[in-house]
Amino acid sequence: MEKQISVKVCLGTTCFVMGSSNLQELIETVPKKYGNKVDVAGVPCLGLCSIDWEFSKAPYVKVDDEIIKEATVEKVLKAIDEKLK
Amino acid sequence: MAMNSNTPKQTSHLKREILVRVIKAYLSDNFEENTRLIPYAMRPKNSDVPNYRCCIFKERAILRDRTIAGLGFSIEETDDSVLLSDLAVKAENRETPQDHPLTVLTTACKGCVPSRIYVTDLCQGCVARPCVNTCKFGAISIQNGKSVIDPEKCKNCGMCIQVCPYQAIQKIIVPCENACPVGAIAKDENGHAKIDFDKCISCGKCASACPFGAVHEKSQIIDVLKQIKHKRKNQKRVIAMVAPAMFGQLPCTPGQLKEAILKLGFDDVYEVAQGADITTKTEAHEFVERLENGEEFMTTSCCAGYNELVDKHIPEMQHFRSDTKTPMYYTAEIAKCENPGAITVFFSPCVAKKREALNNSNVDYVLNYEEIGAWMIALGIQVAECEESNFKTEASAEGRNYCITGGVAKAVQTLLPEEIPAHPVIIDGLTKQTVRDLKKYAKNGMCELGNLIEVMACTGGCLGGNSTVNAIKPAVKQVTNYVNESHSIKEQFEEQKN
Ligand code: FES
Repeated sequence: MEKQISVKVCLGTTCFVMGSSNLQELIETVPKKYGNKVDVAGVPCLGLCSIDWEFSKAPYVKVDDEIIKEATVEKVLKAIDEKLK
Repeated sequence: MAMNSNTPKQTSHLKREILVRVIKAYLSDNFEENTRLIPYAMRPKNSDVPNYRCCIFKERAILRDRTIAGLGFSIEETDDSVLLSDLAVKAENRETPQDHPLTVLTTACKGCVPSRIYVTDLCQGCVARPCVNTCKFGAISIQNGKSVIDPEKCKNCGMCIQVCPYQAIQKIIVPCENACPVGAIAKDENGHAKIDFDKCISCGKCASACPFGAVHEKSQIIDVLKQIKHKRKNQKRVIAMVAPAMFGQLPCTPGQLKEAILKLGFDDVYEVAQGADITTKTEAHEFVERLENGEEFMTTSCCAGYNELVDKHIPEMQHFRSDTKTPMYYTAEIAKCENPGAITVFFSPCVAKKREALNNSNVDYVLNYEEIGAWMIALGIQVAECEESNFKTEASAEGRNYCITGGVAKAVQTLLPEEIPAHPVIIDGLTKQTVRDLKKYAKNGMCELGNLIEVMACTGGCLGGNSTVNAIKPAVKQVTNYVNESHSIKEQFEEQKN
């Protein structure tokens, strides 16, 4: 079997307040769209927000090793599509 | 229907970032200087300018204006020459927050054109010309084979839109004007949106609707931070009163939320659902009394936006609106009574409560959920890692459910005697149409759809408030879980009877 793509949506407080509250829908929609090719989960603070002033780039989402700053649903889906190519 | 899902995300990101920076500046060793630097820190030299702005200077000017709102001042009334550092000092020295909580950032507002009717390129210049014939004001003529509207004559009636067989005529809307249920915001001659505060009901719909994020709340965050900083010296406890909607806002349990709020520096946390229980009991009693006296219907009275609507626009409704006070009112009364001399801060999902608090001496300050969230970011609090802390007084399931549309009527219904059943009518969000409906009920003295009208200014109830953080669906889920593990108000009620 092919390797699964892992998507981690940060639901730590900083990311949540800065917008990952609106990314929670990914946790439902991604499996519907990609089946078991993608493994998506909400995770606690990824530790990126506390570095210097990096809170302003939250919310963060990790797609495999790639970090998406100021993540939106569209950005995350695009990153997944890139990996699947 | 979810208000939050169409809240322009980019603009709330900006507003929250400003709040975090204002709070961090206050907590730093140089509040004035660090406040002055906010626009520069956000757009340093040579940084990219978002493609919707002309240059970095304009972008910084706009960030400066947003910071003014974060400091709690009116953007319209602040002169361009005033330094942010001076405003920071002024904010710290202010005794009471400014009165009207909304302010418009006109520099960001230039972006959209005034509302008008417009003939698009789809116009075929047809022979029938129904638009020309149907216009009662003679505003449409044919130029170069196409219809053209004379803006001087056009009255925005929209008849031409309806008759055009090609659907070539469109109305350009201004989102804030379109969202306002009472026509209190409109563009002036200069193309800047202006709020008519005599008409405004503080529902915050313009703030949610504006894609440029041009409508801001004047924050009271500095006032509250100051109270916390000096509480020992002043010997004043600072008490948080948390409205039910708050329990759907952050990714944690209710007990962790309480602990996180204590970490902000508050001395105690009250659930406003506790006051909601008093509202429910009083309102159920009042409903029975009114119906026994032959009245046709009663409306709820817990939503601040609705209350302002009635007082300003539908005075005939005052008679039908319940005299019961809001959950905030009862909770603040209890909190002040149990903590003499304390400062009380209400945690609100919407801007309308800021208005309500101005008329209630038991509520000293109001913070919204964006401000609370920003404060947690500034202090680096991870709510999910907090310990569990219990509430001294447990509120009922029904009280905790007040923030979901239909929840208030449902709570009142629970306590009604069988002989006097309620037929609830739920107004799930104020719009131009629902305002017309309410006017009709008030004028006729009856509502054919039922006898207990619950009115929520926001779609979805308080969870759809203009300054909530969570999307509405997961927020409903989280609140519902909390409700399901709580006891019914019926049990309390029976106990008290025995
Ligand atoms: S909360 Fe997302 S990285 Fe810290």
